[in-house]
Amino acid sequence: MVGWCLHKGLAVSLPQENVDTDQLIPARYMSIPRADGYGPYLFYDMRRDENGTLRKNFVLNRHKNTTVIVARRGFGSGSSREAAVYALMDAGIRAVVAPSFGDIFAANCINNGLLPACLDEKSCAALENALANDAKNIRIDIKARVISLSNIKTGFSLDDSWATKLINGWDDIDLTMDHAAEIAAYKDARSRNAPWAWPVVAD
Amino acid sequence: MAAAQTLLDKLWAMHEILQREDGVSLMWVDRHLVHEGSHHAFAKIKERSLPVKQPDLTFAVVDHYAPTSRVAKVGNPRVARMISTLRSNAVTHGLRLYDLHDPNQGIVHVIGPEQGITLPGLLINCGDSHTSTHGAFGALAFGIGATDVAHVLATQTIWQRKPKALRVEVDGVLGAGVSAKDIALAWIAEHGTNGALGYAVEYTGSAIRNLSMEGRMTLCNLSVEGGARFGMIAPDSKTFTYLEGRPYVPKGQAWQDACADWRALVSDEGAIFDQNISLDAAKIAPTVTWGTSPEQALPISASIPDPMHVPAAKADAARAALQYMGLKAGQTLEGTPVDQVFIGSCTNGRIEDLREAAAVLRGHRVRVPGLISPGSSQVKAQAEAEGLDKVFMDSGLEWAASGCSMCVGMNGDIVNDGKRCASSTNRNFKGRQGRGARTHLMSPAMVAAAAITGALTDVRQLLASRDL
Repeated sequence: MVGWCLHKGLAVSLPQENVDTDQLIPARYMSIPRADGYGPYLFYDMRRDENGTLRKNFVLNRHKNTTVIVARRGFGSGSSREAAVYALMDAGIRAVVAPSFGDIFAANCINNGLLPACLDEKSCAALENALANDAKNIRIDIKARVISLSNIKTGFSLDDSWATKLINGWDDIDLTMDHAAEIAAYKDARSRNAPWAWPVVAD
Repeated sequence: MAAAQTLLDKLWAMHEILQREDGVSLMWVDRHLVHEGSHHAFAKIKERSLPVKQPDLTFAVVDHYAPTSRVAKVGNPRVARMISTLRSNAVTHGLRLYDLHDPNQGIVHVIGPEQGITLPGLLINCGDSHTSTHGAFGALAFGIGATDVAHVLATQTIWQRKPKALRVEVDGVLGAGVSAKDIALAWIAEHGTNGALGYAVEYTGSAIRNLSMEGRMTLCNLSVEGGARFGMIAPDSKTFTYLEGRPYVPKGQAWQDACADWRALVSDEGAIFDQNISLDAAKIAPTVTWGTSPEQALPISASIPDPMHVPAAKADAARAALQYMGLKAGQTLEGTPVDQVFIGSCTNGRIEDLREAAAVLRGHRVRVPGLISPGSSQVKAQAEAEGLDKVFMDSGLEWAASGCSMCVGMNGDIVNDGKRCASSTNRNFKGRQGRGARTHLMSPAMVAAAAITGALTDVRQLLASRDL
């Protein structure tokens, strides 16, 4: 994963509450191998009509170079499917700005280099208003936790440990392997203190 | 004297290997449950040539794509590929696999407890948001995404920041025809889908103690629809009675020792929660969703709200939901015609759920078609031993094999565009049960009532007329 701390791109507004991961990618597209790319399935049912034709008025169809989505509360709630993040990433999205995110979705974002920027309702509404009629250039600085769009400049919140991970593009498995000795010691203690924590041989 | 601890505090401390300076903890994972959807994670560890660290703590199950008609050969090549990929990953890594035709196969959150893979005091992960279900046994159980599944496969650990603690206390007695599903929908309707975001919920109070293990699982399962990644209930004698003798549960002296340890898994008197919510069980009515989010739920006797009169922040969502659902403000929920019904899922596919539905259906013919998919092959066998399958089929409903089925539609069991389904599942999201599907969430008994009348119905009236 490649780290980043500054993004300059194009933002659009998706003014809907609780855009869940089923809407981000319908379940029927989740059996596809990642290597094939998930971009075409992002917002599939919102993006296309029942015949599969792109809806001209859907915001991401109007602005194909979008890299940032300004959304409303509860973005990414629901299913833990990481495919929702793959679809966003593969479609070129680098950040989502919203007042709140589904917990598992936000963690999945961080694991894939996508920024879930948490913003208070009022600032988010200001961005939404600024994007009411058009896509606009946006600048996001993770280190400074600042979003700039037109004449709006606003802070956002992001867990420090998540910021570090996004900026460095770290992979948790490597970090964890460094703690092999502590893990082994814990396992040893657990098997002594809680022998019931190991499944009995059932079959 | 040590400070009073919550159940969360105790479970967290038991599993914490270390805490980084930034406050994030490295946690030991006692059980890791994987399913067909875990293919991304297996691909990730393959890329790095990493083995599964603890195959003995990893259990695999075919559920999300399991066809509910168990023919010899899976017809849909996409579904067949998902199942065969899991099969080959299980063989490669030496994992216990509950395959399609295994007599113990079922939905991961149903078979975990059923097989005794789930125990009090364990940390349980699964690449599925409804992993919160297992918290009903006093376990620390939470859903994770594919990258974290790969991490658990490779290291048997997970990095996690400790959530805040929320107590949902439910006292009093539930009315006839009111169940754990209604408790869940009632608190989510009141506090919203983001109400418990960042919290682990512990359910306490007399109404919770009185719930069966099945009811507790339903409640913990739906924690995630209220925004919480964790739901939990302190284990008690009911928990131990449920578990004793199940395949993976300790036996003999080891069982006695385990129970002694597990009895300490309660929030101490005076433990401080970050937030407290209380509900009066007696005031909870059978509850039904009317919109496209689980928070858009109301008692069956209510009318559909006018977006003009809901809080401004929720007005747009209400408007969009009514349009998608094909409903009008002011219309009563009761009497809304449905096209079909579904009973099943990790939320309400257990034996007690089927018994409750059968109790309503017995002696009736249904007005609309519907599918019943038991939560596991064991639940199916039990239901058949009790003759419930006959009640369902005599009423005109279809009795199928177990799997996630029409809750998520991955196996091809879907609700068609524009059709309205009364469903015992967990998500009424747009398109969840199929593109354009209109889902109303409710308890299995309420689904049964809707099947009989062909419309959303207060099951209490059907039960009352039966008692006469």
